[in-house]
Amino acid sequence: MKKSYKIEVDCANCANKMESAANSIDGIKNASVNFMALKMNVEFEENADVKAVMKEVLKKCRKVEPDCEIYI
Amino acid sequence: MTRKQKRTLVRIIAAAGLLAACLISEHIFKLPRAVNFAFCLVPYLIIGYDILLKAFRGIVNGQVFDENFLMAVATIGAIILGEYTEASAVMLFYQIGELFQSCAVGKSRRNISALMDIRPDSANIERDGEIISVDPDEVEIGSEIIVRAGEKIPIDGVISNGTSTLDTAALTGESIPKDVEEGDEVHSGCINMTGLIKIRTTKEFGESTASKILELVENSGEKKSKSENFISKFAKYYTPAVCFTALALALLVPIFMTITGRSPEWGKWVMRALTFLVISCPCALVISIPLTFFAGIGGAGANGILIKGSNYIETLSKTKYVLFDKTGTMTKGVFEVSGVHHNTIDKERLIEYAALAESGSNHPIAKSIRGAYGMSIDETRVSGVKETAGQGVTALVDGCEAAVGNEKLMENVGADYKPCSGAGTTVHVAVGGEYAGHILVSDTVKNEAFTALRELKKAGVRKTVMLTGDGEKTAKAVAEQIGADEVFCSLLPDDKVKITEKFLKEKKRGEALVFVGDGLNDAPVISLADVGIAMGALGSDAAIEAADVVLMDDDPLKISQSIKISRKCMRIVYENIIFAIGVKLVCLAMGALGIADMWAAIFADVGVMIIAVLNSIRALHA
Repeated sequence: MKKSYKIEVDCANCANKMESAANSIDGIKNASVNFMALKMNVEFEENADVKAVMKEVLKKCRKVEPDCEIYI
Repeated sequence: MTRKQKRTLVRIIAAAGLLAACLISEHIFKLPRAVNFAFCLVPYLIIGYDILLKAFRGIVNGQVFDENFLMAVATIGAIILGEYTEASAVMLFYQIGELFQSCAVGKSRRNISALMDIRPDSANIERDGEIISVDPDEVEIGSEIIVRAGEKIPIDGVISNGTSTLDTAALTGESIPKDVEEGDEVHSGCINMTGLIKIRTTKEFGESTASKILELVENSGEKKSKSENFISKFAKYYTPAVCFTALALALLVPIFMTITGRSPEWGKWVMRALTFLVISCPCALVISIPLTFFAGIGGAGANGILIKGSNYIETLSKTKYVLFDKTGTMTKGVFEVSGVHHNTIDKERLIEYAALAESGSNHPIAKSIRGAYGMSIDETRVSGVKETAGQGVTALVDGCEAAVGNEKLMENVGADYKPCSGAGTTVHVAVGGEYAGHILVSDTVKNEAFTALRELKKAGVRKTVMLTGDGEKTAKAVAEQIGADEVFCSLLPDDKVKITEKFLKEKKRGEALVFVGDGLNDAPVISLADVGIAMGALGSDAAIEAADVVLMDDDPLKISQSIKISRKCMRIVYENIIFAIGVKLVCLAMGALGIADMWAAIFADVGVMIIAVLNSIRALHA
């Protein structure tokens, strides 16, 4: 399943960090952050609990980039 | 400016004022060191508290070597060495640079979204005799929506009531108004310019043209180019490398000096190491490269060229071979009268006879002759129409016997016909049993086709190849007319794949092969080519789906335009990479030798970034 989320982040490097952070979460097949469009496109593994996974993603992203926001 | 940006601006102004006061008081009053330190600390903390905080949090979370960490270490180091004003100034300029970058990125983001501003916010529907505005997502297939003059069409559909003129510029980049009437299919994203129309929707909002296109542009970031990947990797190794070099500069050099019996000069070397840290931030690259690609994709989008990812920009810029389909790509794909030959009577008269005689026929060729006649048909002038299958039509036009058809018909009526040398379908006309000439009907070449191929050559394409299923005569004639280098005719779909494979093998490494087709019959070849371009894609979901680059209208000039856009984009990317890395390396070398001080370091960091960002934005204007 694919989903797209609006995000808030200040710099391109931070967006890259968010991307690798999101990709390290279980249940995510592939995540890509488009800094210019301020979007995070996420492809979930099958049977993944989207809400729980995205909560993890946000937590991990906050860790690498405290200023970021994902509108889940 | 956003609230965050405004707050930063206020902090910058406050810190700059205080810092200036510090500098003045330091020189005039000659305050004791401790007082001076306390004074300078105020602007430093005002401007840098968030950086320090982020750096601290970064260390706690195991994220060292980001730019906050670098700035924090560099400035704290400078303060320890007693360079209070330098430390505050470095922080101040860093924040100015960040603010500028954030504004520039915000502006180009807005520019690009304005270019792509085709997403309709609402749809009007009639409920209980009243027109109300609803979320387009809620409109079901088959509902009737109302679009007033000046509004965007929110959802694809068919006009059920009313006539109007549409502006398709947002989708195709061409502002040629298109007249539509009841029964016509319309696409979302077009602007209704004149009348009120009612549309019976045929798609959901999410599946409509406008939504599809936006989705495509927004997802274009998923397919990253090699340059972007290179930068990500570069940044990963570069920053730690610079940090360790700085450490070596601060520790090893003085130790080496001590061992060799010279004065270690700790302060000097630590200061140089700190300068290193300020220079080292890879921001200029990390931001400007994706920004360039995004601006390029946005700029192309405004011209009706949708590029599905920055990797395609990269490949497109290396195009050396362009293979294309004939029908619909270089020709209009509709039959038109392309000539009248061997006529014994006036050309207009000949067409008039043919048009009148064929007035009752629905055959595409009859339609094209009527199209060439251009005037409305007065059917009272025609009588006794007799159609002979496989031959043509005989009729009485203005009381004269007219025969319009092929060679067989001419033989039957006893007219001495002359064969046609042109490519296409020949329609012979005999009037009163005498041969009057023939009309050549063919699929006409697009006006821009010749220029388009010439432009491709100018853009550095080595070979243009036409692939077609048509017979040799027609294919060669078209190829010659448009100036294609090679032509392959009488091809079955499988043959097209084989020929494309052959060219793929022939091309050298680092060269790209582009296939251009209408996206419907050519899907296998489009996906086989390095870059598949689908043309005339407006309204064809299959084409939008299959291709890597989508041309919304059917102008062949857009092929060379998209190559040019990609070239410009790549040039800017390389300029930025070389410029940013170059300046940084020079400044690093000068910093190590002690020629460049903190101020030069600030330029190498913030100045380079600003210039690179400004350069990137050029890609927007294709």
